[in-house]
Amino acid sequence: MMNATLRHCLAAALLAVAPLGAQAQETLKIGLILPMTGPFASTGRQIDAATRLYLAQNGSTVAGRKVEIVLRDDAGTADTTRRIAQELVVNDKVTVLAGFGLTPLALATAPIATQAKTPMVVMAAATSSIIKASPYIVRTSFTLPQVTLGIAEWAAKNGMKNVVTLVSDYGPGIDAEKTFVSRFTLAGGKVPAELRVPLRNPDFAPFLQRVIDAKPDGLFVFLPSGVGTQFMKQFTERGLDKSGIRLIATGDVTDDDILNEMGDVALGVITSHHYSASHKSALNQKFVAEFRKATNGMRPNFFAVSGYDGMRVIMKGLEATKGQGGEALLDAMKGQVFESPRGQIMIDAQTRDIVQDVYIRKVERVDGELYNMEFDKQTAVRDPAPK
Amino acid sequence: MTPAGSSPSAAALSASARWRWWEFALLAAGLLSWLLLPGHALLLNEIAILALFALSLDLILGYAGIVSLGHSAYFGFGAYVAALFAKHVLPDPLLGMAAAILAATGLGFATSGLILRGSDLTRLMVTLGIALVLYELANRLDWLTGGADGLQGVVMGPLLGRFEFDLYGRTAYAYSLLVLLAALLFCRRLVHSPFGASLQALRDNPLRAASIGLSVRRRLVAIYSIAGGIAGAAGALVAQTAGFASLDVLDFHRSADVLLVLVIGGAGYLYGGIFGAIVFKLLHDAISVLTPQYWTFWLGLFLVVLVLVGRDRLVRPWTWWERRRT
Amino acid sequence: MLTLLFDGISYGMLLFVLAVGLAVTLGLMNFINLAHGAFAMAGGYAAVLLMNRAGWPFLATLPAAFVIAAVAGVVLERTLYRPMYARSHLDQVLFSIGLTFMAIAAVDWFLGSQQQNLQLPPWLQGRFDVAGVGIGKYRLFIIAVCAALTILLQWVLSRTRFGSRLRASVDDPRVAAGLGLDVNRIFALTFAVGSGLAGLGGALGAEILGLDPTFPLKFMMYFLIVVAVGGTTTITGPLLAALLLGIADVMGKYYVPKLGAFIVYVVMIVILTLRPQGLFGRSIAR
Repeated sequence: MMNATLRHCLAAALLAVAPLGAQAQETLKIGLILPMTGPFASTGRQIDAATRLYLAQNGSTVAGRKVEIVLRDDAGTADTTRRIAQELVVNDKVTVLAGFGLTPLALATAPIATQAKTPMVVMAAATSSIIKASPYIVRTSFTLPQVTLGIAEWAAKNGMKNVVTLVSDYGPGIDAEKTFVSRFTLAGGKVPAELRVPLRNPDFAPFLQRVIDAKPDGLFVFLPSGVGTQFMKQFTERGLDKSGIRLIATGDVTDDDILNEMGDVALGVITSHHYSASHKSALNQKFVAEFRKATNGMRPNFFAVSGYDGMRVIMKGLEATKGQGGEALLDAMKGQVFESPRGQIMIDAQTRDIVQDVYIRKVERVDGELYNMEFDKQTAVRDPAPK
Repeated sequence: MTPAGSSPSAAALSASARWRWWEFALLAAGLLSWLLLPGHALLLNEIAILALFALSLDLILGYAGIVSLGHSAYFGFGAYVAALFAKHVLPDPLLGMAAAILAATGLGFATSGLILRGSDLTRLMVTLGIALVLYELANRLDWLTGGADGLQGVVMGPLLGRFEFDLYGRTAYAYSLLVLLAALLFCRRLVHSPFGASLQALRDNPLRAASIGLSVRRRLVAIYSIAGGIAGAAGALVAQTAGFASLDVLDFHRSADVLLVLVIGGAGYLYGGIFGAIVFKLLHDAISVLTPQYWTFWLGLFLVVLVLVGRDRLVRPWTWWERRRT
Repeated sequence: MLTLLFDGISYGMLLFVLAVGLAVTLGLMNFINLAHGAFAMAGGYAAVLLMNRAGWPFLATLPAAFVIAAVAGVVLERTLYRPMYARSHLDQVLFSIGLTFMAIAAVDWFLGSQQQNLQLPPWLQGRFDVAGVGIGKYRLFIIAVCAALTILLQWVLSRTRFGSRLRASVDDPRVAAGLGLDVNRIFALTFAVGSGLAGLGGALGAEILGLDPTFPLKFMMYFLIVVAVGGTTTITGPLLAALLLGIADVMGKYYVPKLGAFIVYVVMIVILTLRPQGLFGRSIAR
């Protein structure tokens, strides 16, 4: 890549003639690897916009040096992501790696973070096991078990005895299913059927038929954002919304990015998640308004808020270490406690994972638009997976 | 009987098997790139692996005329075998490579019965189906493969006991280059032999080939298995140099990419895969650095222009506006 | 049970409308057009945009989707596709994939990468319950439209002059040209209609299959399966193949959910291994 070679030459020339102090003028780079194309492109879009918003709001200089984001598309494959991460570390000399839309991509990159002693901020991937893959990983997104606990307990407390689960057949889906089943049955409920839907699924008909056969009180759903719309439409089309089966889910199904376009089929769905664009706090209202302005009307979703908070963690960390990276930066990231647009959050100093409030929300129409309105919450929820 | 080597066909074969100047130049370029471009070893490693994968596809597509949209099945199978071997048996890369090649050849042999008959479209769909089934199997057997999360805990031992796989990727690139070279030499020998000539005969006209006594079935099975083995070697390289294997090694887009690469470079002369891999990867990387979101547009445009203008005319810009001599 | 059958049939008919254009162009022009999905996507987006931004009623967007995709087909056929007819299959694959990439990125650029949403008019929402079998109104509508289209296509093919000319050109383009048929015009018209049908299918399917920029690549596989299994020499071949695919997919996922995703692929492999020319194709020595 021409840029890298040119930079090498320039850096070498500078080092040769400039005094030591001149090195302090080098930019601090953050390597942001996101899904900018392919089926998860909307995730990348949201995080990209959020990180840029943070820098625009809070300035992109720290300790006298400019901070620059190097954005790369992950191409959806683990080995390409790993190679890009390696190149960012070795050639572009990034201080921090960030992003990571899918679990295998994060897992493949983890050894690079460890080997290069570069902190890695996971802003999207949600499988529990990621945090153990490297001691340099910090997470600002969420884990599926963390947000599923809420709805499982809510269901048990609100009179549901029989709930069928329906999840997408991949890592996060299975995590969600396992957590729900264990928590719900612990609270005395029964799960008569556990349905797994292939990721590439065009039609939900057979699975919804199985749901009808099982005659449950409720249906718990996890689907990656985007697929949820199809599902909701078919759920309503079969009259299931009027059949007494309550639809509960994790917030991925009622993703703020597309919630408003879903239409009335989404009304009344109860979900548990860590962020809603309707969260009532001054910080969030400012965040949503400025995000909309910067992106021509897009509503921020839970990925955007992870990107925003991730930048905050990185920038405050760099401030504390005066621009140093490595172990020092990692230590400065651990233990941060602050108010995020989603509520109060903390990066656990021991596990480096995110501890946050999980809200129970219901989809309602407010001011003509659909929002997830929070009506209950669990405070300071940790990822329940055994460490 | 006339002694071997003096008949006109034998003479023709050995003439075509002679090393050309550009083959030497290519080898030299490979060696020099390892020496002079240490900062790009990672990207070059990816190119070498893709080139190896494309080489295996060239054997069945360019030489035997089998159109495959599911070649990632053997690639992915080799990757998982190598990763599992390193995790559960021995972390030695060369032994793992051998295991992967054997396993992938076996899989190629086992599935070769399915591609013996049918038109281009049939083979396209059957091979695609095989790859999709394998993908779902890997997803289903998540206790073995790690499922969608991928197979973790693969720690590779040093190559030949001495060379560790480092962060800069130099060992990885050298390893991939050597495997590519070995495969290239093997394939060269193969296609410039009577066997190779018979393959081209049956690609061009299976009916005539069968009528002069060539066993079409046996040759197809043989070349398909060999191609499977070499694809498995490429997959093993990916798993070993990345220390990780996940479902995307079996994904459809890998089959589609390798087909594109081979068609870009030209099928049927063994080096198409290498040139195509270089062009495709460099373009993809360069464009996606410039525009991480919309690189598919420019890549698509490149492909369309490439086909409309024609590969050989592309490198001679003054011929672009000449009327095509059909 | 019967509900499932009904769902499978509607899914299958939708696939048929989407794939029939591909079958005809492949059979007629021996051209592997992997960009077929892009025409479907164009029709889908046209319908969504007309409904959401211009306020058109749903029924009016369907013929609009057909026309827009057909016009796109004519334009592209004249300009880009014509020089490609004589090229090898591989070049055609490369070319059509390149076009697909461009279409996907262009749609992403102009309209964003989220799922697009269609609001069905109230008379198409919900279902009837007939003797215990749930019949979704929209699915019934799809079956009705697709069945009408099939009958229309079959009628055109067997009862009109154009149809017999088309059949002649499929059987042997050189002889047909020798008899004075304007084969080029027939190609152009057929390509336009095939693309138009794809566009219509995209608009109809937006509600059930979803619509986003990756639509062409996601569903290309299914179209190819329909065409490969159904053969390219008749209309009824792909129809039956699509129905088989739809029903097998839906039933398979219901009865054997563990193997749900495999079923379709295995069925296809089995059929193609036993009858390489497809269930209903003639063995053409192409």
